[in-house]
Amino acid sequence: MMDNGFSSPRHDPFPAGLRVLVVDDDLTWLKILEKMLKKCSYEVTTCGLAIDALHLLRERKDRYDIVISDVNMPDMDGFKLLEHVGLEMDLPVIMMSVDGETSQVMKGVQHGACDYLLKPIRMKELRNIWQHVLRKKIHEVRDIEILEGMESIQMTRNGLDQSSDGHLLCGEDLTSVKKRKEAENKHDDKDPGDSSSTKKARVVWSVDLHQKFVKAVNQIGFDKVGPKKILDLMNVPWLTRENVASHLQKYRLYLSRLQKENDTKTSVGGGKHSDSPSRDSAGSFGIQNSINIQRNDISNGSYGFSGNSLIVRNVEPRSQENERKGIVSKTAVEPKRALAVEVPDPCKPKSSEMEFGHSFTSPASEVNFAEFGSNFPTKFSWCAIPQSQLKQEQNPLHLDAGFSQRTRPGKQQHIQVDYPQPSPPIISGSSVTERNMDGSVKIKPIYDECRNNGSQVSSARSTMDSYQVQTKTYEVNHQAYEPISTNTSSLKNQAAFNLSSISDLESAQKSINWAMSPLATLDDDFQVRWVQGDCYAMNLGLQNIEFPEYFDGGLLADVPTHLYENLYDSTECSVIEQGLFIA
Amino acid sequence: MDTKHLKQQVAYVRKSLFDQGYLDDQFMQLEDLQDDANPNFVEEIVSSFYSDSARLIHNIEQALARRPVDFSKLDDYMHQFKGSSSSIGAKKVKMECSQFREYCCAGNIEGCIRTFQQLKQEHATLRRKLEAYFQLVRQTGQGETS
Repeated sequence: MMDNGFSSPRHDPFPAGLRVLVVDDDLTWLKILEKMLKKCSYEVTTCGLAIDALHLLRERKDRYDIVISDVNMPDMDGFKLLEHVGLEMDLPVIMMSVDGETSQVMKGVQHGACDYLLKPIRMKELRNIWQHVLRKKIHEVRDIEILEGMESIQMTRNGLDQSSDGHLLCGEDLTSVKKRKEAENKHDDKDPGDSSSTKKARVVWSVDLHQKFVKAVNQIGFDKVGPKKILDLMNVPWLTRENVASHLQKYRLYLSRLQKENDTKTSVGGGKHSDSPSRDSAGSFGIQNSINIQRNDISNGSYGFSGNSLIVRNVEPRSQENERKGIVSKTAVEPKRALAVEVPDPCKPKSSEMEFGHSFTSPASEVNFAEFGSNFPTKFSWCAIPQSQLKQEQNPLHLDAGFSQRTRPGKQQHIQVDYPQPSPPIISGSSVTERNMDGSVKIKPIYDECRNNGSQVSSARSTMDSYQVQTKTYEVNHQAYEPISTNTSSLKNQAAFNLSSISDLESAQKSINWAMSPLATLDDDFQVRWVQGDCYAMNLGLQNIEFPEYFDGGLLADVPTHLYENLYDSTECSVIEQGLFIA
Repeated sequence: MDTKHLKQQVAYVRKSLFDQGYLDDQFMQLEDLQDDANPNFVEEIVSSFYSDSARLIHNIEQALARRPVDFSKLDDYMHQFKGSSSSIGAKKVKMECSQFREYCCAGNIEGCIRTFQQLKQEHATLRRKLEAYFQLVRQTGQGETS
């Protein structure tokens, strides 16, 4: 699977042809390592300076599979390089040194190194470095699946009669996914404090937490961001730098994935513009398709919540894995379209959020829909839409894309996408269910804000086609799934998830949570398209929260059944399955 | 000398380098890497090491002469030197590096200076021996062992 995603395809059977970048200021070692790696049938590129290595990596992100770097280098600390690579490229990095002191090795691990080799290095140690590449991919897929699972669950809950366990509607998939994830994570998402102490240390990135994270990221400036800075800003005592670093990595991955998607979509979608009603149908189905939530693909997981419209994109993670990778790497094109949307400075008033859809605006929106059915990024970008977004109201949510926004004026739906977990690109479209620390996902947030801005929203809404998705970032109060006094029932349905808060808003503001409520049920009025992939992208700006951690089936419980009833009728549980992140 | 004899001599010299502790396992690793694509790989690596180390030695000497002594810098240089020495399996040289670093940590400049002298000697001795060795190997017309 590795081969697929790379733009520089490797034709040899894995692991042969593994593309390794070796960085060492010691020329003698560089020669030796090169020879050793070549003997392993790997494709080697050597670099004597960390700066050069970074340039090479940035130039073509998909050009290398793994990086091996010495710890002590004159121009840059090896650990710093390690961090950069992890954050920007998300490649596995192996550290080397003649010094094997525990403190150094520890530092390596803390900075994210997947291994630490002592010089003199033996050939046999190099032979197996491919395992790190493989492992990383598997983890990525898993993360996405988790998110998808969560989303699914969420959606399921929202839309369907809630089963007591909330998991499944469709049952198995979700449950199994969830269980698997749970087993893997053993994480009690109600107790974030655990994360740092458990050896698994899997932080539960609640919507709130993710929101803080995104806020910090935006404050620092996306480009200048670093785990330490974020951690300091977030001011969450129990959170470790490591937690933030890995979360950031996923966030970036998510964003880039979105971007890719957007790019892809643009090309694909072409036609869908959110505005036209016809689109709605298209959109809706789009959603539906995408929503495949039908779990078929857990991979689809990514529910993109595009800006206003939740676009549920089903992406198949598995196949995606590679693709994802590939896409991501290939994207290149618009840097961030999706990202653009998403990452609007959280500080920015909702407008940015509204952007969601926008950013994808044109292409994006279309893309999003286009995506339906196509591979959506497996990761859901969380469309964490900062609450501020709610206020956006004025900003037309660009639900453009795909959302068939039928939002009627005044009916703006705010789709709040809470990105619960920032997991990178996973857009759990649906769920913006807010996942609270306690695991419940709250979707509401948007509405809350909407409420306040109520008026605004509504007015704005008119412009917005799509639902305004306001991601209240962490506000999602799942509990809230308050009945949404939505204008349209359909919307309601959709909003179901997040709508709770929406209920307040008279206007059609419905915050639609991630819940990727199958938009299918939407009626014409609201075509909430949960664009899975897109939404996230859109909201990403806001918060990419790694949902995985958060979501658990319980979240869905809150959503009032009635809200979901319509939603799901057509959609399958699959959506819901996706919705839950079990991180 | 006939080839057989030469080969025997090469083998003998090689073995003594290991037995006397001048070289360690890493040298054998290098020999294993030598192949048709790089028939003189070991010799090339050794040359590379010696040209790198000349620069390092120079830096260390300068740092040792400076007052006040910057032990942290000295330690850095020595760390580099040790890493470099490990590349060819220069066992004795590496040991001197470790010793030097200990003195550095202790802030013992005399110890550092003394050790450095020894290090340079070992470094030079190994170079001589390896040069002689490679010459023999060349005379033999093929790489030694493996």
